[in-house]
Amino acid sequence: MSRLVAFAAIQGGYNIVSKVEGKYKKALETYNADTKVGFPNTAYYLPVIYSLLGIKVETLEDVKKPLDFARNLLPPHVKGHNHLPYLGPLLDAGMASLFAFEIEEALRYLEEPDFYLPSEEVDEDAGKIWLGAADDTVMRKRGVEFVDGSAPGFAAIVGAAPDPEKAKMIVEEYQRRSLYIFCAANQNGTTVIDQLREADVQVGWNTRIIPFGPDISSAIFALGFANRAAMAFGGVKPGDYKTILKYNKDRIFAFVNALGDVNAEWAAAAAGCINWGFPTIADTDIPEVLPTGICTYEHVVSNISHEEMVQKSVEVRGLKTTVSQIEIPCAFGPAYEGERVRGADLHSQAGGGKTQCAEYLKMADMNEIEDGKVIVEGPDVTDLKEGETFPLGIFMQVAGREMQEDFEPILERQTHHLINYIQGIMHIGQRDIAWVRISKAAVDKGFTMKDIGVVLHAKFHQDFSKILDKVQVTLFTKKQDVDKLTKQARAAYKHRDERVENMTDEDVETYYSCTLCQSFAPTHVCTVSPERTGLCGAYNWMDCKASFEINPTGPNQPIEKGEVLDPVLGQFAGVNDFIRKASRGAIDHYNFYSMVNDPMTTCGCCECIAAMLPSCNGIMTVHREYAGETPCGMKFTTLAGVMGGGASSPGFVGHSKFNITQRKFIVGDGGLLRMVWMPKSLKEELKERLEKRGKELGCPNLIDMIADETVGITEEEILPFLQEKGHPALSMDPLVG
Amino acid sequence: MTEEKKAKLKVAAKAPKLADPIAATIDTATQQMIVRAQQLGIDTVFDRAAQMKPCNIGLQGTCCKNCAMGPCRLPLPKGGIEGEDKRKGLCGATANTIAARNFLRMIASGAAAHSDHGRCVAEVFMSAARKETDAYQIKDTNKLIAVAEKLGVSATVEVDGETKDRDIDEIALEVAHKALNEWGKPEGELIYLSRAPQPLYEKWTKAGVKPRNIDREIVEIMHRTHIGVDQDYKNLMKQGARCALADGWGGSMLATDLQDIMFGTPYPLQSEANLGIMKEDHVNIIIHGHEPVLSEIIVAVSQRPDILKYAKSKGARGIQLGGICCTANEILQRHGVPSAGTFLQQELAIITGACDAMIVDIQCVFQNLANVAKCFHTKLITTHPIAKMEQENVMHIEFDEHHALEDAERIVKMAIDNFTNRGSEVMIPRQKATQIAGFGVESIQYHLGGTFRGTYYTLNDNIINGRIRGLAGVVGCNNARTRHNEAHIAVVKELIKNDVLVLTTGCNGIACAMEGLLTPESAGIYCGPGLKEVCETVGIPPVLHLGSCVDNSRILLAATEVIKAGGPWKDLCDIPAAGSAPEWMSEKAISIGQYFVSSGVYTVFGVTLPTTGAPVFHNFITKDMEKLYGGKWDIEPDPIKHAQLMIAHIDKKRKEMGIDKARERVLMTMEDRQAIER
Repeated sequence: MSRLVAFAAIQGGYNIVSKVEGKYKKALETYNADTKVGFPNTAYYLPVIYSLLGIKVETLEDVKKPLDFARNLLPPHVKGHNHLPYLGPLLDAGMASLFAFEIEEALRYLEEPDFYLPSEEVDEDAGKIWLGAADDTVMRKRGVEFVDGSAPGFAAIVGAAPDPEKAKMIVEEYQRRSLYIFCAANQNGTTVIDQLREADVQVGWNTRIIPFGPDISSAIFALGFANRAAMAFGGVKPGDYKTILKYNKDRIFAFVNALGDVNAEWAAAAAGCINWGFPTIADTDIPEVLPTGICTYEHVVSNISHEEMVQKSVEVRGLKTTVSQIEIPCAFGPAYEGERVRGADLHSQAGGGKTQCAEYLKMADMNEIEDGKVIVEGPDVTDLKEGETFPLGIFMQVAGREMQEDFEPILERQTHHLINYIQGIMHIGQRDIAWVRISKAAVDKGFTMKDIGVVLHAKFHQDFSKILDKVQVTLFTKKQDVDKLTKQARAAYKHRDERVENMTDEDVETYYSCTLCQSFAPTHVCTVSPERTGLCGAYNWMDCKASFEINPTGPNQPIEKGEVLDPVLGQFAGVNDFIRKASRGAIDHYNFYSMVNDPMTTCGCCECIAAMLPSCNGIMTVHREYAGETPCGMKFTTLAGVMGGGASSPGFVGHSKFNITQRKFIVGDGGLLRMVWMPKSLKEELKERLEKRGKELGCPNLIDMIADETVGITEEEILPFLQEKGHPALSMDPLVG
Repeated sequence: MTEEKKAKLKVAAKAPKLADPIAATIDTATQQMIVRAQQLGIDTVFDRAAQMKPCNIGLQGTCCKNCAMGPCRLPLPKGGIEGEDKRKGLCGATANTIAARNFLRMIASGAAAHSDHGRCVAEVFMSAARKETDAYQIKDTNKLIAVAEKLGVSATVEVDGETKDRDIDEIALEVAHKALNEWGKPEGELIYLSRAPQPLYEKWTKAGVKPRNIDREIVEIMHRTHIGVDQDYKNLMKQGARCALADGWGGSMLATDLQDIMFGTPYPLQSEANLGIMKEDHVNIIIHGHEPVLSEIIVAVSQRPDILKYAKSKGARGIQLGGICCTANEILQRHGVPSAGTFLQQELAIITGACDAMIVDIQCVFQNLANVAKCFHTKLITTHPIAKMEQENVMHIEFDEHHALEDAERIVKMAIDNFTNRGSEVMIPRQKATQIAGFGVESIQYHLGGTFRGTYYTLNDNIINGRIRGLAGVVGCNNARTRHNEAHIAVVKELIKNDVLVLTTGCNGIACAMEGLLTPESAGIYCGPGLKEVCETVGIPPVLHLGSCVDNSRILLAATEVIKAGGPWKDLCDIPAAGSAPEWMSEKAISIGQYFVSSGVYTVFGVTLPTTGAPVFHNFITKDMEKLYGGKWDIEPDPIKHAQLMIAHIDKKRKEMGIDKARERVLMTMEDRQAIER
């Protein structure tokens, strides 16, 4: 009966809020009221409180307001048979608990700054297995996977399974279905994370198993992640709690698995999650709440066996997940993409500077190849001893009536993540600098080289059936074969690069829209042209073209660019017409090549954000991975918060890393020569291309003139540097007006 | 035959026929009290119903006494009429004209009762806004701001280009002016019509029935039904609809809104119902009638420590308030004051011998109360200038909002003083039932998801998925021509058994409370599996008490919220819902029925309708009217059939909306998610 749930959860709510009030009082006695509190590297303060209440908690003093709010939210207890209605009170008590949890965690960050490891990976050696709140960089990086569908949702697991084997079974099943697994709380001191480590399962963001924290309060990090996604990608304004929660219900497919006995505090947390539309599926016999309404389907489903837990959970949440059924001895799926093969686990490897490793995909005639054929030319892993290296050439031949040469690089690029999807195999790099590491575990399971071919064949058919009919894969492991293939491949790379490099926006009449993020950023419409790749960095013009051929009704639609309204700023009549329709009148035009005048809209997915620096008469850009301050006065996360959600914000524009060195990059505002500041790491990443592009612009040492954080993080600090170096931006026309 | 025997027979022949308590009511407390009254030789409405038959022609609606050439009586022949209906009055008025005119005059009277109640509230509201009285304040500022918005009164003000919150007193004053203006404004239409779903508003526009102001539509009925004016039943009914809408979307709705602002918007609370709430050792004050304006103050005064001390000084252990009729509902909803009984129990409350004072205001107050009170120590106090009684034992203490506290204090003290005058003949039945009342548009929304997710969508979702089959508004009076509460309870039980969630007001609410249907645990006993599950999830009874008869406007607004929250429906007539008044008797019920019908609700009445003598007119309101408004009248005295008609209608609507089949569980893929509407 729901009454028992309500009774327990409301009781739990009182316990939690009182406990946190006590902790807060103690903290006030220990620290000054103006002591900073918060989670690391986020522009969203305490994100659940900020997103739902619009309250910015920055200091210990600021905590009072949301904590008082939580206290006032606590409803009367449920009394007797003839009780008053309790659904609303139950949800309020849950919400009050969650606000209190977030404050409790903020206090923990203050009092035990080393409790959590601010990293994507655990540090087993140092015994740091709890990662705490995901910072904004992680949230955006992983958020994109929710956007593009490579992660269909997340399972928040609280407690522990009866034994490590069951924990492993459940979590691996979620991994196979590509879900993230957010873990918190313990059952009598045991956590799922402990169990997984015991069962030799790698945990961390890379394997999608996130050890948030050992207490129920750390479950709040999962909700903070979800709400930030709503703000960052959905453009929902902080304080607009109705929209945030509806967004979560409709678009974030998350749910709670309660493993083990459910106490009052867990009940309160579960009740809180129902506000998000996140149901709870429990392995114990707790009262069920089946009618729908707040969640899409049931609210609490109980007594589910561990074998059925995963299937039941996704069903209750109304989520369709797919498991790639590929005939190889190892598990396979996106969840294994980020898994590492560390030195101690390594069986053998190819590439990585030790041997040559290259991959090359080539279009073939229909008659030339045999579909599904995998040839291993040379010794297999089974012939290798532990710790050995070997050369590797992966030669993929693809034929199909709709296949075009232009699709070769797109298919070839899939190799990286597809090989990574195999559990126990790690793939780094691409083309002729690939690196494949094979773990002992994979070999123990029976992995052979042939399996790489099996995976590529199966996945190519699955994902690209519209354009290909036949796939044949040859794996060369003898040096002379690999060298031969590498030579062929390099010629092909050169040919492709030149073709793409020389393709200009003027060359084509058709651009492509990209609305891939619309499930998350409903008002944003990207337009991708040859010289303006998608701002997420994932899609260039050629990708969009291929995507359209593969799926004509998909997120990439051709746009006839039509009349050129402004060749300098890059405005096209056909594009304007399209975005007016696609944004339902919200945006009626934008410019491709300007950040000053009506720039393109920006979703939360962008790799970099450029901003004007008026005193330097130039611009800066910052990429997602850089967490520090920038001369425009905002960190990346703040910029993304201001810009995201499909707005056109003059003075700022989101763009991909690659776009910086494309010839049309803000050419309407003066082009790359305007660039006066970039984070050092971004400069290094783009070094080669920046040098090349600088040369083209007649400024070969441009890269050295661009300031970075080692020079300064304010305009005042970097201006003398620019003057000293004679940065071209200083002598250009004024940026504004 | 001996003289003695003859005398005996004579006495027996002359002794008036008495009511059979079991046949008169299903409620045991009421049965006991009927027996008690009969023992004491006091006649009650139940006895009088046994003694006097209703006029058969009036019952059919075909008696015209609108001029002195009549009354013209046009009864329908027993076998009906074949061929042309040649019946007509002296002026030639047909049965249709006569029945329609009578029907309209009932609407006018009902609308007048609700709306005059509303006007009185609006006037007190004005005094409160002007701060002319200490007794009344703006209690619920959130509601004030919400109502202000609906009345087109700005809640913000521009100061030097900055938007600021406007002074609450200023808002209240403008709301008071805007509201009072609705009764007699010279131009335009009622502001609240715009609260209706757009398609309904358009229907009203098309049909030409948008009320201009509240009073005018009542006046126009009196004009049009005068001899020799409107003699086309269809045209008459247009005005009937317009006047009723001026009640539902005008006078009643304003009464509810302004009462909420002054007295607080109801939130769920626990209380009790039936005569057993009266306490032998307490001063029992029964408040009866319809307006909460005075009773609010009586509630406040009777809780004051000095007054309680005074009561104790007279030997009482405290003061027990109890309500009857809609005053009961008003003070129940806002303060949890228990309901002593329904309309038909008003005499019985005095017959307990423990009623130290009965305070009455307006509407549904039996004149016979004075005769009953005469037999006991009970002080019967009328308080309203428009509602006095001729009997000498009735006191009149005219209530005036400017001296509300003094008036209330005087009345309560008089009751306390009277406690010591009680005779030995006290007999309070023990029956009482717990009830959870206090629902309203706002509190239902809250309880459907709390502060953050509260929305009618939760309700809609369960209607769409079929756990809740539909909604029913079951309302209205008691009628001594039927077994007290039998139809109320049978209809409601049949509905909830079939998974129909019931919203109740008026005496139906009190009847359901007495039967224990307003408790969450009744869901487990009486409901179908779907409704039971929803009730258990939300923690609500399967029957939600929305208040008094002016609060039927809450049902209209709750239904409007259902539309707004989304689903396959666009108009009130699309919702799988139906209305019912199983034991109606007052003219107000006819007005309510007509505004429900004109708002698109299929509305079934029990007992009978005063239209049966004019089959063509009857057919018009029970069939053709649906084409105009989407709703129509129906009549079915048998409670089970009555409920089944409603359920059949609900099922018809479910089919029309495409929700008659089990909803599939949709497992969303990424593509599905990308296709989600913004």
